[in-house]
Amino acid sequence: MSALSFLNYWFVIILMMVGFYVLIAQGNLVKKIVGLNIFQTSVFILYISAGKITGGTAPILDAQWSVYSNPLPHVLILTAIVVGVATSALGLSLVVRIKEAYGTIEEDEIARMDESL
Amino acid sequence: MMPHLPVMQVMVPLLAAPLCALVRNGRLAWAIAVASSWGAFWIAWEIFQVVHSIGAISYSLGGWTASEGGIEYRIDALGAFVLMVVTLVGAVVTPYALESVRKEVDKSKQALFYAAFLLCLAGLLGIVVTGDMFNVFVFLEISSLSAYALIGLGKDRRALRASYQYLIMGSVGATFIVIGIGMLYVMTGSLNMANLAILLPELPANRTIPVAFAFLTVGVCLKLALFPLHMWLPNAYTFAPSAVTAFIASTATKVAIYVLLRLFYTVFGADYSFLEMQLGTYLLPLSLIAIFSMSLVAIFQTNVKRMLAYSSLAQIGYIILGISLFSSTGMTASILHLFNHAVIKGCLFMALGCVMYRLNSVELDDMMGLGKKMPLTMGAFLVGGFGLIGVPFTAGFISKWYLIQGALEKGLWPVAVLVLLTSLMAVAYIWKVVETVYFSEDPGSVNSDCSEAPLGLLIPTWTLAILCVYFGIDATLTTFGASSAVASLMGIGS
Repeated sequence: MSALSFLNYWFVIILMMVGFYVLIAQGNLVKKIVGLNIFQTSVFILYISAGKITGGTAPILDAQWSVYSNPLPHVLILTAIVVGVATSALGLSLVVRIKEAYGTIEEDEIARMDESL
Repeated sequence: MMPHLPVMQVMVPLLAAPLCALVRNGRLAWAIAVASSWGAFWIAWEIFQVVHSIGAISYSLGGWTASEGGIEYRIDALGAFVLMVVTLVGAVVTPYALESVRKEVDKSKQALFYAAFLLCLAGLLGIVVTGDMFNVFVFLEISSLSAYALIGLGKDRRALRASYQYLIMGSVGATFIVIGIGMLYVMTGSLNMANLAILLPELPANRTIPVAFAFLTVGVCLKLALFPLHMWLPNAYTFAPSAVTAFIASTATKVAIYVLLRLFYTVFGADYSFLEMQLGTYLLPLSLIAIFSMSLVAIFQTNVKRMLAYSSLAQIGYIILGISLFSSTGMTASILHLFNHAVIKGCLFMALGCVMYRLNSVELDDMMGLGKKMPLTMGAFLVGGFGLIGVPFTAGFISKWYLIQGALEKGLWPVAVLVLLTSLMAVAYIWKVVETVYFSEDPGSVNSDCSEAPLGLLIPTWTLAILCVYFGIDATLTTFGASSAVASLMGIGS
């Protein structure tokens, strides 16, 4: 039971490792960005899970409810998502320019082209 | 105006950045960039004086205090000192950028260059002024993202690959930092550094805090390029436009070191970081390997920019070495070297920018006999090179002196010997340049009809060269700034 009650966190760890593995193991520059996104998403879930309170509602002031989720981690993650989007956008636009300059987005081919200079 | 200085420090470059992007005219954008970076320098100077007359400044953003969950900006002696470093380099590099950028960046992108440059400056300053952990992450990403964009503006296509590599490594580092911050928040319910410093020691023994400590340390070390997390740095520095290299090499890694100090001393506390987590035993060998191996690699480089990039990695090693000694002398050495290295490397990379301006290359083979054709440029390079080696009467000597003293205080005489030995290695790589530039005949290669760089480049370069000598002869201001920074850190830590 105790293992299941931390189900969110198990998923966080799995996603984190999957993302990190893709980031390291893939030679394709776009796939690396995908890995980075999965890695970052796992952290978003980590924060959001931490803000959840069992039986709590959305954090809106109302006389009917007294227990609500902690809104601060959610707000923080909103910022982190924006940062993540900016990072992906910048990374992908770099990939576009790398494709224009090198004609490929495979890391090993680019490395070979740089070495032959 | 005066009570709002901490927020103005960030707002001035942050608001000037979109203005630069809107005007779309390179020269006008440059004027805005110069005005705001000088404004930022003036604000930093005012803050420095206020901090040293009445003590640390606390500023609640929007009037919400930290206890109400608001964001606090907090500047103590260390913050004021680092602000001075960053804004000084910013104020010198922006005037320099006009000629350099005109040569190295496409005309259509020049205004955007200044926008990204100011965003980077704003991000770096934000990291230093804020007293909120999550704010550190946001500003770190503002400065990093704009740095990736700036590096990608380099003319060589390898700049794109360097920028991409930096982006991947930097984002992993940033994500590690967010994980660490999240764990701290989950355990304490606070993001304010001063609050965390009170709450963390009260927690019962648990596994989360050491894990958070590890994530934060590794994440920040990625950003500051400590060996073995340095792979992104040499290419990024080599292929970025000259003005960008000069700025980022002197500020970005320095601010990351500031974050490290904040974490170790303010947030976790020195006792926890150094006694319980035994940080010194990890950082000391890493920094020694960084100093030795990176100096060795620098000797074998033929591209002078890449040589200095490896030398930067070694210099970061010196700074971390001072921190790992865990004594006030070692810390003073680190903080002094943080300033001195910023001035020295800024000067060297700007001198190389002058060479790049005339030759379109910084390969050693193309620089033969350049000393006669560009005497002022190479003179500045020589002064910077002396500073890097640590010749007496240059800034580098002062910080190395403190570093060796710090090592001897702890009875680590092999470390002191290694510092001296690696200084000799710096002599080796600087000598390689000096020999090529002054003592070899020009074989009639690319530089045969080149002349001295324009004044717009020379004046900023020599400003830093003169500062490098000035702070080597009269180090009162820098040692005062550094020792009061150490006092404020150690005061909170104990």
